[in-house]
Formats: sequence, structure tokens, C-alpha cells
Amino acid sequence: MNDIAIELKGIDKKFGLVHANKNINLSVRKGTIHGIIGENGAGKSTLMSILYGFYQADTGDIFVDGRKTVIRDPNAAIAAGIGMVHQHFMLVENFTVLENIMLGAEESQILNAGITKARQELKRLEEEYELEVDPDAIIEELPVGLQQRVEILKALYRGAEILILDEPTGVLTPAEADHLFRILEQLKDQGKTILLITHKLREIMAVTDEVSVMRRGEMVATRTTAETSVEELAELMVGRRVLLHVEKGPASPGDVLLSVENLTVRDSRGVDMVRNVSFNVRAGEIVGIAGVAGNGQSELLQAISGIRRAVTGKVLLQGEPIHVTGKADPSDLRHRGLAHVPEDRQHMGLVLKFDESENSILGYHDDPKYLKGMFLDIDAIRNDAADKIEKYDIRPPNPRLKTANFSGGNQQKIVLAREMERDPAVLVIGQPTRGVDVGAIEFIHKRIIEMRDAGKAVLLVSVELDEIRSLADRVLVMFDGRIVGERAPDTSEGELGLLMAGVEDTKEAAQ
Amino acid sequence: MEYFDTLIVILQSTVRVSVPLILAALAGLYSERAGIFDIGLEGKMLAAAFAGGAAASVYGSALVGLGAAVFVSVCLALVHGFASITQRGNQIVSGVAINFIALGATVILGQAWFRQGGRTPQLGEGERFTTVELPFAAELADVPILGSIYSNLLSGHFLLTYFAFALVPFTWWVLYRTRFGLRLRAVGENPGAVDTAGISVIWLRYRAVICCGILCGIAGAYLSMAMTAGFVKGMTAGKGFIALAALIFAKWKPVNVMFACLLFGFLDAMSIRMQGNALPIVGEVPVQFMQALPYILTVILLAGFIGKAIPPRAGGVPYVKER
Repeated sequence: MNDIAIELKGIDKKFGLVHANKNINLSVRKGTIHGIIGENGAGKSTLMSILYGFYQADTGDIFVDGRKTVIRDPNAAIAAGIGMVHQHFMLVENFTVLENIMLGAEESQILNAGITKARQELKRLEEEYELEVDPDAIIEELPVGLQQRVEILKALYRGAEILILDEPTGVLTPAEADHLFRILEQLKDQGKTILLITHKLREIMAVTDEVSVMRRGEMVATRTTAETSVEELAELMVGRRVLLHVEKGPASPGDVLLSVENLTVRDSRGVDMVRNVSFNVRAGEIVGIAGVAGNGQSELLQAISGIRRAVTGKVLLQGEPIHVTGKADPSDLRHRGLAHVPEDRQHMGLVLKFDESENSILGYHDDPKYLKGMFLDIDAIRNDAADKIEKYDIRPPNPRLKTANFSGGNQQKIVLAREMERDPAVLVIGQPTRGVDVGAIEFIHKRIIEMRDAGKAVLLVSVELDEIRSLADRVLVMFDGRIVGERAPDTSEGELGLLMAGVEDTKEAAQ
Repeated sequence: MEYFDTLIVILQSTVRVSVPLILAALAGLYSERAGIFDIGLEGKMLAAAFAGGAAASVYGSALVGLGAAVFVSVCLALVHGFASITQRGNQIVSGVAINFIALGATVILGQAWFRQGGRTPQLGEGERFTTVELPFAAELADVPILGSIYSNLLSGHFLLTYFAFALVPFTWWVLYRTRFGLRLRAVGENPGAVDTAGISVIWLRYRAVICCGILCGIAGAYLSMAMTAGFVKGMTAGKGFIALAALIFAKWKPVNVMFACLLFGFLDAMSIRMQGNALPIVGEVPVQFMQALPYILTVILLAGFIGKAIPPRAGGVPYVKER
């Protein structure tokens, strides 16, 4: 008698330089709902893709029902009784439900025989698990909740005993999510084993029996859900990081330079990612936005900097409105004194194939001081870049070097130098030290504080709680698109962690 | 009665010129429904026409010619497949390259082998396809209207003609009633769904490309071995592109493809018929205008008269597993 459905031993996977999974061990008991939690980019999806045969691990073994199983492709996973509901549904949108369910499990060369059987089987599954859906409906005409149900049915139709759900509630409304959890309970009662991947603590607490926490590619802990708490999980997820000491005097806030009123932003799937958010940033202060990644911080930044259109709301820059619900022009915003250091420097902050000097003027290339008539003044640009290189200690100090050849920290300094040297009134920074080495972190933090002391308004978004606590003068916590609280930076990590997990009544919960 | 006879003649020639269009458009349908855009229909058809004409004349057999045509076309299709499936290259560039290779290579090889200015030798009896008479065609020819339709319009075509028209319902059946068809359509819409269902995207797409090659080969053979007796340089004369237009016009559906090809074939037949003849009201129409008509029609129809032609969603995009 073996009650372990899945066991992973020493799974390791690298994508180029990115070490996505480091020596992962995991065992999942049969007939349970096992949660895997971690921040975005912690390696959860990669691990599950390995289990489903989408990728192969570099090293490590997979045991299904106690037997060592090589899962070379999804076919092998299906044969081993593993089914997966992907974060982005793997459905053919203009096919019917029935066609989608049959795809890859058609039984015979000619469809007709299979169709009758599939209908019967579908009916049986619908009754057994209360998963009703019209087999002749076209997928793209169904609401996402039902589309997801089709994905679950697809797995069950193939005889899955182990079901992996990758961020299943990301696209669902709360009511749909509750319904999904009831379905999962029911599947569990029928003896299925469920692996639930999520970054939402509340879901883990609500439905799982056991939970494993991943952080930066490592499996850091496994707990029995009943014996753990939201705080413990939040701490495990975010991790205690080396507290960096930053010298900082008291802030002396002045006028409001950036003001956000009732801002709502929707992502490309049509889900509200920022819900009715309002706050102010004054001259000479750093406002930090803390939160677990994926709670709307990115969309907030993008809306303020004019990259993403907001649905409703107002943003005032130095008292003048920004046209956030329409066509805000990022280059116009730059001229009006808003500098933006984007979260993802390699995609939005830099053109990696350009020279360092070209990147150091990107977005400001229409400034007359870089121009000679209608041509770029290459000498002026290179001299300007050399100045910035010296001031920001960018290494190697070569303005003609291709940007891709600089390290992460130096790339970030290139962006910071470009934005800060324009002497903006408002500085909006996302993840200033993501993927940056320790030496550069200190330098970047100092620069941010210098900007504050020079009377700039700084809005800082970071998923590193320590960074927020050591830099910000006020901390706003974002959860599920809303600002759920404002705290002083010296508030305990536990209390902030609770807020980040969506527990608003922290005073009570802390006791 | 004179007008009726003229109509029968035009329709007869419509059928004749539509056959390569139908074959090529269905070839494109298999490929594009699987997500591989194929602008190289023209080149494959041309190369196949040359291979068919050359082999038939050298070996003295129409069947050998047909085999050679299909073989060459499938080889070119596999080159396109290798470039766009395995190497994940740009499908348009690969298709254009195949068109140019076919255009140049057929003339060079033709001149080197046969020294007739890029032509292949005139095909004699047995080296080319012959028409078949349906039973009682001669006896019924005198029956008014129906007899004329039967013996002049339906009878007297090549076997390949009947094959091409039979291929239309067959393709529909394959696409909508077989496992292969279901997977083919799926891989053109969302290869991710196919991959996660445990089916090889690459093998599936290669099979689609091979189907495309076979049909282009037959279309080419029809041109040089049935419609005419021998290969002439550049003899496809844009038929591959017209077929592509018909495919888009037909929204990638087999039965629509047949009607679209018949329409373009009809315009082609009209343009031949109208040469030198004055139309009742407008007088003599320049032949160039008639020849341009299919293209003009395509532009007008595609510009909104047929509604939106939505290509297979994954068309033209190489499949890469996302991380």
C-alpha cells in the first residue's frame, strides 16, 4: 500500500543562465489537495511543466505511485494518469467543447464512432462531478469559468488521477473561484489527487491539505495547512533577506507632485488589476508600494507612466492632469518631469542590442543637445554617456559597448542615470534592484535617497519588503488591485506580511 | 440556341482551367489549415509541371510523369516544411524562395536537357493524359439542352478533372470527420492545445505539408500533361497566386474553395473567349482588362464584400513551447 501519488527527487532545471528549479524534492499524498505557493518567477510553473512532460529536468527523478517514471512528453504524463489545467487554457477557441475534449483522445481514425462514446463519457463525468457544460457550445462563446471546466473535463476524460492546476483562479471572479474550489473538494472526495499552484495565500488556506513553499527556484518548506498560518507562509514565500542598512535622514515633504485618484486599470485579459486606487506623493518623500508580485503593482506603474490605458480615474502630475484613460504619451510625460524606471529593464528600459551611449539617451533623443540639425550628434551623445558612466560608476566604462554585455546591475545603472540625470520632478521606479548584485544595490539605494533629498517625489514599487522598509517614508500595501493599508516603514514585517496576504484587520489578527 | 452553345463552350473551358486552381487551392488548404502559410504553391506547381513533362517524355509514360511531378513537388514542400517547421523560419520568405528556385531551375534544366528554349519535348500519345468519354455521350449529344450538358459539359474531361472535383467533398470529409482533420484544424488554431494533448505538432505539420506537396504535384502534372502536351517556361502564369486568393476568398473551406476556383476559372475562360469579340454595350474590351479581372475581383471582394476572412489563428507562426 503506497499512499504517495507523486514524488519528485532532486529535480533541477536551468534555462540558460536562469536556474529555474534547484534540487527540488516534493512528495504529494494520494487523495489530497496539495498547494504549491510562491511568488511569480519562483519556479512553480516550471516544476509543473516538468511533471507534465512539457520540459525535461536536467537531473532528478519522478515517481508516480511509487514507480520511477520517465515523462518525456505530455503523452507520457497522460499515460501516467497526470492531467493539467494550464494557466492559459490550452483550448482551440473555435472548436466545440466536444471537439476539444476529444482532441488527442479520439479512439479511432474516423470520428463518428468516437463522438458517440465521448458524449456518453462526458455525460457520465458531468453527473459524477457536477461539471455541467454543453458539449456543442463553441469555446470562445463560453465564459472563462466554463472554459476552465472544459480543461478539467479534458483531463478527467483522459483518465487523470492526478490533476495539476496552474494559477487556476487568476482569470476567475471570486464566485467562480469558490465554485472551482467546491469542484476540487468533490474531486478529492472521489479519490483524485490535486496539485494547486498559486501565489494567493487565501486560496491555499481555504482548500489545501498540505502546502509547499517555493522561493527563487528552491522548495523551502512543506507544511500541513491546518498547522500553519498565513503569516508563516507569507514569510516563507518572501523570505527573510539580509537587511541592508541605508543611511537616511528624516523626510521633509513638500507639495503634492503626483496625485492618483480612483484609478482602475484592466489587463489585456479584461481583468481589473488595479481597483479604485488613490494616493499622493509629495516632493521630498519616497512612497513605497509593497505587495506580493501580481497584485496590480505593474499595471499601476504602467498606467501612471502612460504605457497602459486606465479604465477610470485621474492622475495629476504637478497639478496638471495626465490623460491616463486616453492616449497618454510617455514622451510628453517625460518632458513634463515624470521619469520612469520600468520594472522590466531588459524589455522596457533598454534596447539590449544598442550601444550603451544610445541607451543612455533613449526617450530623450529629441533633445537639441544631442542633435546636429536633423542628425544625431554622436560625439555629444558619447561625451554625455561618458559623464554618466563616471558619475554612476558603470562598468566597464565604455559608451560604445553593446548594452547586452553589461551585467544586470550595470544595466540598471544605465537606466537610472538616464532618468535621474534629467532632473525630473517625479521619479517612478519599479523593482530597482531586481537581479542586481549587492554592491550595486547599495549604490542604487543611495541615489534614490539623494533624489528624495533633492526635493523630488519618488514612487517606489518593489516586491522586496526589506527594500520598501528601508527606503520608503510611507508604505502602501497593495493586494488584489487595491491599496489595503498605509503603514509607517518601521511597522513589523509580520504585520506588513499579513496586509500583503490580504488580511486587512491586522491589529486584531496580530493579537 | 447559339447563345446556349456558347455558354456550354465557356463552361466547358471554365471546368478545364479551374482544375489546377482547385488542386492548388486544396493543397494550400491542407497546409494553411495546419498553420503553415504557403505562398510557394506557384513554384511547386511549376516545378511539378516541368518534372512531369520531362519524365513523361523521357520514359514515354504519363504515369511516370505524374509520379515525378508529385515527387518533385513533395520534395519542395518538405524544404518549405524544414524551413518553417523545424527551423522556425519565416514562411513567406521560404515560399518566395521556392517560387524563384522553381522559376529559374525549370528553365535552366529544361535548356540543359532538351535544348528547346526551356520547353520539354512535345508529348505524344500515351505520354500524356487523354480525355474520357462518359457512357452514351455520343448517343445523347443530340438531345436538346440536357444532352448537350451531359456530353459537352460533363463528359470528355481528363480523369484528373473528375479527381479534382471528387477531392472537394473528400477534403471536407477528411477535415471534419476524421481524426487527422480534427488535429490538423487544431494545430492551425492553437498548437499549444495539440502539444499538451500529447500529439506531436511537428509531425502533424509535416504531414499537412506533404499533403500540400502531393496536390500541387498533381496540379502541375495536369498543366503540362493534360491541359497541354509539354512544359513551357513559366506556364503556371500566376495560377498558384490565384489559387491562394481563392483560398482566402473561400475562408479556408473546401466547398467554398471549389466555387471560388470555378468563379476565377470562369473569368479566365471569359477572357479567352472575349478576345477580339465586342461586348453588346461597351464594345471591345481590352484583353488585359479581362485577364486582370480575377485579381481586381479578389481585391474588391477581400476588401469587405465577403466579410472578414479570418485565417487560422496560428498561421504563419512557428511553434515554440512557451516558458
